[in-house]
Amino acid sequence: MLNIPIKDHFRESRLFNTRLTVIGSVVLVLILALFFRLVYLQVFAHRHFETLSQANRVKPLPIQPPRGLILDRQGIILAQNYPVYTLEIIPEQVQDMNSLLEELKQVVNLNEADLKNFRKQLRERPRFENLLLRSHLTEEEAARVATRRTYFSGVELEARLQRHYPLAGLGVHFLGYVARINEQELERIDKATYRGMQHIGKLGVELSYEKILLGQVGFEKVETNAHGRSLRILERIAPVAGKNLQLHIDAKLQALAEQALGQRRGAVIAMDPVTGGVLAFASTPTYDPNPFVNGIDPDSYNALLNNPDKPLINRALNGQYAPGSTIKAFLGLAALETSEFDAGKPVVCPGWFTLPGSSHQFRDWKKGGHGVVNLHDAVVQSCDVYFYKLAVAMEVDAIKKFLTPFGFGNRTGVDLQGESEGLLPSVEWKKARGQKWYPGETVVTGIGQGPVLVTPLQLAAATSVLANHGLRPKPRLVRAIVDAKTGVARETETESFPPIPLKNKQHLDIMIQNLTDVVHTNKGTAYGIGYNAPYKIAGKTGTAQVRSIAQGQAYSEKLTPERFRDHALFVSFAPVGDPKVAVAVIVENGGHGSSAAAPIARKVMDHVILGKAPAATGEARPLLENEE
Amino acid sequence: MDWQRLHIDKTLLFALLGLAIISLFVVYSGSAKDMNATLGHLMRLLLGFTVLVVVAQLRPEILERWSPYVFIGGMLLLIAVLAIGVIGKGAQRWLDIGLFRFQPSEMMKLAVPMMLAWFLARANLPPSLPRLATAFLMMAVPALLIMKQPDLGTALLIFGAGIFVLFLAGMRWRVILVLLAGVAVAAPFAWNLLHDYQRQRVLTMFNPEADPLGTGYHTIQAMIAVGSGGIYGKGWLNSSQAHLDYLPESSTDFIFAVFAEEFGLLGSLLLVAIYTLIVARSMLIAYLAKDTYTRLLAGSLSLTFFLYFFVNMGMVTGILPIVGIPLPVMSYGGTSIVTIMAAFGILMSIQTHRKITE
Repeated sequence: MLNIPIKDHFRESRLFNTRLTVIGSVVLVLILALFFRLVYLQVFAHRHFETLSQANRVKPLPIQPPRGLILDRQGIILAQNYPVYTLEIIPEQVQDMNSLLEELKQVVNLNEADLKNFRKQLRERPRFENLLLRSHLTEEEAARVATRRTYFSGVELEARLQRHYPLAGLGVHFLGYVARINEQELERIDKATYRGMQHIGKLGVELSYEKILLGQVGFEKVETNAHGRSLRILERIAPVAGKNLQLHIDAKLQALAEQALGQRRGAVIAMDPVTGGVLAFASTPTYDPNPFVNGIDPDSYNALLNNPDKPLINRALNGQYAPGSTIKAFLGLAALETSEFDAGKPVVCPGWFTLPGSSHQFRDWKKGGHGVVNLHDAVVQSCDVYFYKLAVAMEVDAIKKFLTPFGFGNRTGVDLQGESEGLLPSVEWKKARGQKWYPGETVVTGIGQGPVLVTPLQLAAATSVLANHGLRPKPRLVRAIVDAKTGVARETETESFPPIPLKNKQHLDIMIQNLTDVVHTNKGTAYGIGYNAPYKIAGKTGTAQVRSIAQGQAYSEKLTPERFRDHALFVSFAPVGDPKVAVAVIVENGGHGSSAAAPIARKVMDHVILGKAPAATGEARPLLENEE
Repeated sequence: MDWQRLHIDKTLLFALLGLAIISLFVVYSGSAKDMNATLGHLMRLLLGFTVLVVVAQLRPEILERWSPYVFIGGMLLLIAVLAIGVIGKGAQRWLDIGLFRFQPSEMMKLAVPMMLAWFLARANLPPSLPRLATAFLMMAVPALLIMKQPDLGTALLIFGAGIFVLFLAGMRWRVILVLLAGVAVAAPFAWNLLHDYQRQRVLTMFNPEADPLGTGYHTIQAMIAVGSGGIYGKGWLNSSQAHLDYLPESSTDFIFAVFAEEFGLLGSLLLVAIYTLIVARSMLIAYLAKDTYTRLLAGSLSLTFFLYFFVNMGMVTGILPIVGIPLPVMSYGGTSIVTIMAAFGILMSIQTHRKITE
């Protein structure tokens, strides 16, 4: 043996043998346990298992629950399900795919797009899964497949509930769509919850309310013969339908807003300022979500992707724009609230402004200026010089501090995913990017230019805060969750941010009066929509520069290519005193806020307040003194 | 014939041959009469018996001397698998060395008990606490590495093999009690280390009906197969559970279910008897061994073999959770057949060389 210290061999072998005996007894006991288990299973429980084995031909099959419907506030259906016959193939059960496809072509109509889509799935998805070859089989085609089914191995004819958006593109940006579960989602989701399901919410409400819309999978125990063909249903655990969603959205208003934007790129948000309920959420151009449900073909997808108008972008949620003069609706209140500026003192507007020690001229939109203006005049006429001076007096950090409680620079908390934050710049923000804040940037911040960015949804939410006397509910698309079976509706709770801090509540009333005069006095920039309005509107126009204009040059709408024209903006709420609706409108490259954006807002407000589209005006629109 | 000179233990050989012959019939039935699979299984068995005969010729002294090197080599390969292994069946277990794919975790099934037996035989038994702790690390580190692959079944077998050596070496009862208490405390943490599907399997064992389509499905279908076999069975090739595709892995991990369905209680008991005979004979070899190293090694190998078949049959009959452990010798596929046969080669070497050297 190897050199080992002196060992007591006798003691060691006795120790080992004791241990071996102990563990040998354990082994014996366990083998006896196995013995009794086998006797139990094969003798005493034999009948039970024999029955199960006979019935085993019993396969549990998942039953897909119907996904919850999505309805507008009046009950108009925005998303529904309808049964379709689909032809599906399980690749691992197919001997020769090419000849199978050739044979199937004789039975059903298969076009190039179907085959292309199928081959794409064939490359990307597991071989044991049902892959869609064609959906929407006609009754006749389904019958033909059914009778030939025994000849085709791996071919399944399924009756599936198919998601459908009956209003096609209407409101696609808040509604979103469902589509096939992809690889990444497969990793993330609970497989038991999605058993037998092939679709998942990808965008919009379909995504953010996925869990509620989904429902619970049911099971069906199906007796099959030795060839796996179903004979009869033995037991059924019914699926639980997903809950329906009733939205705050008014589909008619949504349609009106989208039509008002027309061919132009832009966004319209209409909100109930008291509840935060979003009545319209338009982003144009729109697109039809239906082709996405079963996988859009690559050509159509590329066409959408490469469309210069970028229909896939959600402008209402993710479009980040310079607010332009609409920011004055909020900074006007700052003028009253801040101690750095005396709103009681009139300001001389010569049409330009310079910083001390600099010759750079910051121009007013009105050549020659507005003369002597107080806060009221400055808001009504949208005087830039007044707000340049205010911004310089306040400085950028105080502006940020004042605007933050309105929701600018942060997500509004709307019940959609992927919202953009916008941007309220500060000295700190610039420093973090390794740059210095220039005083000139403060000047232009006063008229909503420079780095400051807002989303249409933020603008509407902030306008609601003005309308709602400083209270700030979160914007909400979903009004109630409705049990599909019982019809019991559970209203979603209104969540609110803290109200904006104000030194003097009357300042807000003063500002609301100023904004009302923007629309209803003949010097106001939005008089064009106010002179014939049967109710009081408070609003503010805005025109945001897309391209900067060199010193000494003038901006000419006609001479500027369309993509570089100014964005037109308008924010408003009505009726003043008892606000029912707050609106934000952005028309990309639309030109003036007063002529391009405000009329859209008027149509929206008319619909909400008067319950009808505005009468076609035979009246001539008054010539505007101020058209910003 | 002088079996002793050939270094073959007759009892073990015939028991193993019996299993091998039965297994060919069951694999044929379980694989839905796939002749290629059956021939593949036959090839593996032949390779396995060849390895057995070769290993049986090695003298235990040589095995003892090689033990540390085999262990160190195995560890290096194991780490290599983690680093550069190719993905096989969604898990990182294989090392592709050109001609064939090699599973270092298989090698560790032998290397760990060899190493521990070698290490503990260096000093008097029972081992001191520091030696015990060192020995514990020697088995826990490879077991953890394999668990990470993730291969819970093999990790369990290696851990078991190590524990058996420690126990047989006379680890004190109070240490065992402390360890058991430690396991009880550490269980929740270990739970967190498990992969989701492994947790699901444990949960399902307690209530297979809870998830009739998912993990519970395997257990239920296996129990239906065993139970419906009754006393006499449905006869060869008549396992409806396997042929209607209700039984998963019917030629590999769940082959016992096919066997029990086709050959009934009589067949199952015969099979359990053969396995028991093999375990008993192996333990006798350990009892008769003349030095510490061979005793510990033989004891550990025989108990690991027991663990192997008990865990598999336990899982098929629904008394243990589903862990991916094949039924030794019977199950189709895998490299485990070679490892098992090598282990019996070692046992035969210990048995036959003892009498000659005496």
